Amino acid sequence: MMNYYEKVKAIVDRYGGNHDSVISILQDVQSEYHYLPEDALRAVASQLDIPLIQICGVATFFKAFSLKPRGEHTVSVCLGTACHVRGAPAVLDEVKRQLGIEPSETTEDMRFTLETVNCLGACALGPIVVVDDKYHGQMSPGKAKKVLNRYKKAPRDRRHEETDVSS
Amino acid sequence: MKRLTSAVELEQLRVGILSRREPEKPCVSVCGGTGCRAYGCEDVAKAFKSEIKRQGLSKEIELKVTGCHGFCERGPLVVLYPQKIFYQRVSPSDVSEIIAETVIKGNVIDRLLYVDPLSGEKAQFEKDVPFYKRQQRLVFGNNGLIDPTNMEDYLAIGGYSALSEVLFNMQPEEVIEEIKKSDLRGRGGGGFPTGRKWESCRNASSSDGLRYIICNADEGDPGAYMDRSLLEGNPHSVLEGMVIGAYAVGAHDGYVYVRLEYPLALKNLGIALGQAREYGLLGQNILGSGFDFDVKISRGGGAFICGESTALMASLEGKVGEPRPKHIHTALQGLYGKPTNLNNVETWANVPLIISRGADWYSQIGTDGSKGTKIFSLVGKINNTGLVEVPMGITLREIIYDIGGGIPHGKKFKAIQTGGPSGGCLPESLIDLPVDFDRLADAGSMMGSGGMIVMDEDTCMVDIARYFVKFLTEESCGNCVPCREGLDRMLDILTDITQGKGKEEDISLLEELGGVIKEASLCALGGTAPNPVLSTIRYFRDEYEAHVRERRCPAGVCKELITFNIDPEKCTGCRVCARECPQGAISGEKKEPHVIDQEKCIKCGLCRDSCKFDAVIIL
Repeated sequence: MMNYYEKVKAIVDRYGGNHDSVISILQDVQSEYHYLPEDALRAVASQLDIPLIQICGVATFFKAFSLKPRGEHTVSVCLGTACHVRGAPAVLDEVKRQLGIEPSETTEDMRFTLETVNCLGACALGPIVVVDDKYHGQMSPGKAKKVLNRYKKAPRDRRHEETDVSS
Repeated sequence: MKRLTSAVELEQLRVGILSRREPEKPCVSVCGGTGCRAYGCEDVAKAFKSEIKRQGLSKEIELKVTGCHGFCERGPLVVLYPQKIFYQRVSPSDVSEIIAETVIKGNVIDRLLYVDPLSGEKAQFEKDVPFYKRQQRLVFGNNGLIDPTNMEDYLAIGGYSALSEVLFNMQPEEVIEEIKKSDLRGRGGGGFPTGRKWESCRNASSSDGLRYIICNADEGDPGAYMDRSLLEGNPHSVLEGMVIGAYAVGAHDGYVYVRLEYPLALKNLGIALGQAREYGLLGQNILGSGFDFDVKISRGGGAFICGESTALMASLEGKVGEPRPKHIHTALQGLYGKPTNLNNVETWANVPLIISRGADWYSQIGTDGSKGTKIFSLVGKINNTGLVEVPMGITLREIIYDIGGGIPHGKKFKAIQTGGPSGGCLPESLIDLPVDFDRLADAGSMMGSGGMIVMDEDTCMVDIARYFVKFLTEESCGNCVPCREGLDRMLDILTDITQGKGKEEDISLLEELGGVIKEASLCALGGTAPNPVLSTIRYFRDEYEAHVRERRCPAGVCKELITFNIDPEKCTGCRVCARECPQGAISGEKKEPHVIDQEKCIKCGLCRDSCKFDAVIIL
């Protein structure tokens, strides 16, 4: 709890301890830890003097929040309508098969978190798979497999793991 | 820069900016919209920067990274001023040649020009490209001229003159009258008359006089990204509209609620807010007029329902984004229970235009019930994907064929889906329908925020209906039973149909359920959610029947109803598919036609994907 207290306090202070800013505060907490650790939520609740249940309500309602630790790479498969009609479901199936996980899950080795998004506004390139911030356009099951293989083979980034450990 | 304290100072600043501009100076304008970024335009811009520096031409050549130009299909896009030469699919390796040949010598590089696939003609300028020719880019066109992080660019094209006009020469009531006269209707989906909304907000009683202005930038419709491109490419036009609106309704606090997935929009809007405050165009005593108004940015949390006004306001208050019944409009009791005027990004961006050029001019554009232009995102199975701004009343055919360049790979057009997840699918028989709020609604669809998803013969309409219902099931806030449970049931039934487990009575059950959900839901999400199902049943009943009666998916999409097969005529026995198949389901001798073992096949499509001879077919 102590670990979180200082960092959460700094974030809450940034918003002047304002109750309306719960969503923004949680967003900032999430970018600090890559997810919302339970104790960080407790720290937010106590510092804002809002019941924890209310904080949890917001944290579970909005899709942007994750209550589970996330992997080193985030793989987002766009399921927007334009991507859908161009074959995104088959691409998603292949990504799921390649990673062995369902959307919003993380691989056991903490390397990949799989997500789906509802349109990235780059419909000309659909179907799109985004790995971290890199867009991979005009995907097919075969191309998606190749893209993932490149990330699987790349050396592991240990920094991310350390952040998780320290938290 | 010192704060501007009068209309005269604003004009002096503008004159100063314009006098420093050299219209004949070469300028490289690189599109920095989302589509072009995904294509790698940032590397192109970097290459220009370093090449210009390397050649010591930083003083002679200007480089500008602008917002979205709209023609996402052919990105990265580059326009070279003063000639306005239009290059497409530009890569960093083209950059040194562009500087040497085009910018310095004025020669056009043929291979970077757009070629019209129909006529085979090359277009040297943007205006000659068929995609742009039929458009009327009143709101969106400025994107290509502006570096969104540089307010001087916005001032140079007349920015904030409408605000100055309003503050010094018009009473709030006159502003409302002007907007009412223009017949501007909300671009966010509902199409409510903007002027009337402003008027009710102004006239609503507020015990402490507080009123709020909100810009809804929680653009959640999949396949729609015009609001994002406006905020990214021309944030000041949205802000100017908001300040005018605030003056008209008498509000001093405003919010922009931006979707979290739009980091660039957040960034550019933040920069614009800072600049506007610095110049005294926001904050206290704007332009010395005595009027105060400031804007805060609020980031959404990734919930589709927060595009609904009452859910958005709950979210702004830091609460769970659930809508409330709208017996009392938000114009009367909105954010914190105060009169609140909420409009969407594109609506706000129309406001300065109407003030500057007049309601009479504006209302000449469009149809009887729908005035002005509308930006659509034209996506899906279409040759020219991109953002298009067209006058209301243009036909779907003109949009799809003249601007969009038709359907790729010689496929047949099947349907166009408008209005986002709550819209409907319109068939080929309605292709000459003029596009406006009322005509789309009459046809069982809606304008929505302006997504247009084109579908061809390979799109299964039952699968599409299921796609939208699944989306809405996930996004329903769960507050009211008809929407929460009704959509769940619809999804079950549609899933059964797409898996070949549908029953004859399912189609009429879907219609009945759809009617109830429409009638009984709390907010507009549920009230319009059955549209994709009802419109596809209305226009494509035969496809539903094929799934139910014959256990067949005519478009070859629904996995449970199709099989992958190898055409022995086309198969060369190259073994590539057999190596790709994760199930070991493909067998056959080298140089002999192969076969797929249907027992083992999981229909992943890797074989079809890897075959160079198109020998894998779906039956």
